[in-house]
Amino acid sequence: MFYREAGDFKTTYADDNQTFPIKFDRYRYYAVLFFAFLIVPFVINDYWVNAVFMPFLIYSIAAIGLNILVGYCGQVSLGTGGFMAVGAYAVYKLMTAFPEVSIFIHILLAGGVTSLVGVAFGLPSLRIKGFYLAVATLAAQFFLVWLFNKVPWFYNYSASGQISAPERTVFGIAVTGPNTAAWATYLFCLIFVTICALIARNLTRGTTGRKWMAIRDMDIAAEIIGVDPLKSKLSAFAVSSFFIGVSGALFFSVYLGAVEVGEVFGINKSFLVLFMIIIGGLGSIFGSFAGAAFLVLLPVLLKNVLVGMLGWPTDLAAHLEFMIVGALIIIFLIAEPHGLAQLWRVAKEKLRLWPFPH
Amino acid sequence: MSDQMTEGYITEDGRKIGGTLMEMKNITLRFGGVKAITDISFDIKEGEIRAIIGPNGAGKSSMLNVISGFYVPQEGEVWYKGAKRPQMKPYQVAQQGIARTFQNIALFEGMSVLDNVMTGRLNHMKTNMFQQAIWKGKAEKEEVENREVVEKIIDFLEIQSIRKTPVGRLPYGLKKRVELARALAVEPHLLLLDEPMAGMNVEEKEDMSRFILDVNDEFGTTIALIEHDMGVVMDLSDRVVVMDYGKKIGDGTPDEVRNNQDVIDAYLGVSHD
Repeated sequence: MFYREAGDFKTTYADDNQTFPIKFDRYRYYAVLFFAFLIVPFVINDYWVNAVFMPFLIYSIAAIGLNILVGYCGQVSLGTGGFMAVGAYAVYKLMTAFPEVSIFIHILLAGGVTSLVGVAFGLPSLRIKGFYLAVATLAAQFFLVWLFNKVPWFYNYSASGQISAPERTVFGIAVTGPNTAAWATYLFCLIFVTICALIARNLTRGTTGRKWMAIRDMDIAAEIIGVDPLKSKLSAFAVSSFFIGVSGALFFSVYLGAVEVGEVFGINKSFLVLFMIIIGGLGSIFGSFAGAAFLVLLPVLLKNVLVGMLGWPTDLAAHLEFMIVGALIIIFLIAEPHGLAQLWRVAKEKLRLWPFPH
Repeated sequence: MSDQMTEGYITEDGRKIGGTLMEMKNITLRFGGVKAITDISFDIKEGEIRAIIGPNGAGKSSMLNVISGFYVPQEGEVWYKGAKRPQMKPYQVAQQGIARTFQNIALFEGMSVLDNVMTGRLNHMKTNMFQQAIWKGKAEKEEVENREVVEKIIDFLEIQSIRKTPVGRLPYGLKKRVELARALAVEPHLLLLDEPMAGMNVEEKEDMSRFILDVNDEFGTTIALIEHDMGVVMDLSDRVVVMDYGKKIGDGTPDEVRNNQDVIDAYLGVSHD
């Protein structure tokens, strides 16, 4: 009844182009922003930040990045873990080399560095497609992890081979290092998520996005209409890697604090982010968030239910958790191959007609 | 009328046709040992509707692919707007103002009708990625300006009601129309139509014919089309090239072509005794 476009007339094309054309959606979006920025920081504690919010926010950035490449441009990539590692090591080198520069700028620069690396590994995409491209990006994954293990310069010749984040502040408030407050790290990540989501949305609704989707849907027709396949594929790799680099940088510096590259940024990470966008919905910004939320929250929820409520032993619960998550993914993909975003769209369609479906 | 003319002419229905827009000179295209096109020359004049006809496998689509840059002929030259065209990629051909549709529809299935038609405006949009990332300002202004052009085309082809529908959900006839809309959004100087009426019923064919004539009339677009329906071809086109087994066997007005003995033989067959 309240959720429809009837009566909400758009008189300019700019109005018609906005992200949330339906009033209700727009208010809901403002409400979420208000809640996330002005309420959550005051009630949040360490457990919620470390177990739920921080991984959700950081994985959201990575999922948006990968979704641009896979969902919008149709180029399958299994190199996400490697590219996150590039972001992490770039920010580490920048933090230690230029301690006086703001961490905010370092993280953006780390994204830029990852972007360049992404373009380099995106070059084969001009010649190969689909699964073959996936294998080529797999090479990036293994090569990058090997490189960061092998060359001591990357981890500043530390004895353990690990990198660990020194304390850095924004406006005098610590956001990295051991003495951070829950709300500070949360807000820091949230700002990046908001910026990234806005940029992704703006790019995908404009010319750049249409070029990507044209390449995804039919590359021959895209070329005949005037899309330069090399440029638009590489731009997708660049933007995607930028986001993934930012998320890797945040993952290392703000979330974990210390990282051993093979463990944290291995092939598992690539698959995890890929699952997020498949479950969330390819080619949808909302889907990136939904997928990240699903795969971050579900294990936490299961653990709380199995160990906390039912009192099962931790090891049994941990193994069961794997099986349940795996089964859910399979059921999900059979029931709704287009992911959570599609469920959301269907729900909105239904809601538009409710309560008179005819 | 002969095919040697370099200047324009007046059509039977009184339209004025300009000078040569595109000229194919002695084009030969081989795939390995197979000769798809053998030594074909013809021209397309500004403002005319030029048909390419011929039996199956005559090399018509190959010819269109040569024009749009998919195939590179082994011999011969393509002249466009009075200059010899260097070898170029399809997207560069598009940037020169040549748009086309495909025999089997090549739309972007995952995108809405509006987005499909908007892709046709790519070469008219100049903002870079950073401006688009910010959106407010230049990118939004440019988007709105191009949207206005696209809406005119959507009006023109009478597809207003489906502009937000994903293309994948549309029936065949409408998809053909959307594909034409996308090609028109380029504002092409030369529009190539590969069997625009294949698989359509009579009403849809009549609609499409009207659109083609209107496009030519209102925008002054030069059109080269391949079609199998002889009635349509004879009615629509100003001049016709006839191909058979990769060779040109006729060229001229529909009437000239209809009475050409080689053409009659190719279509009806000859007895081999």
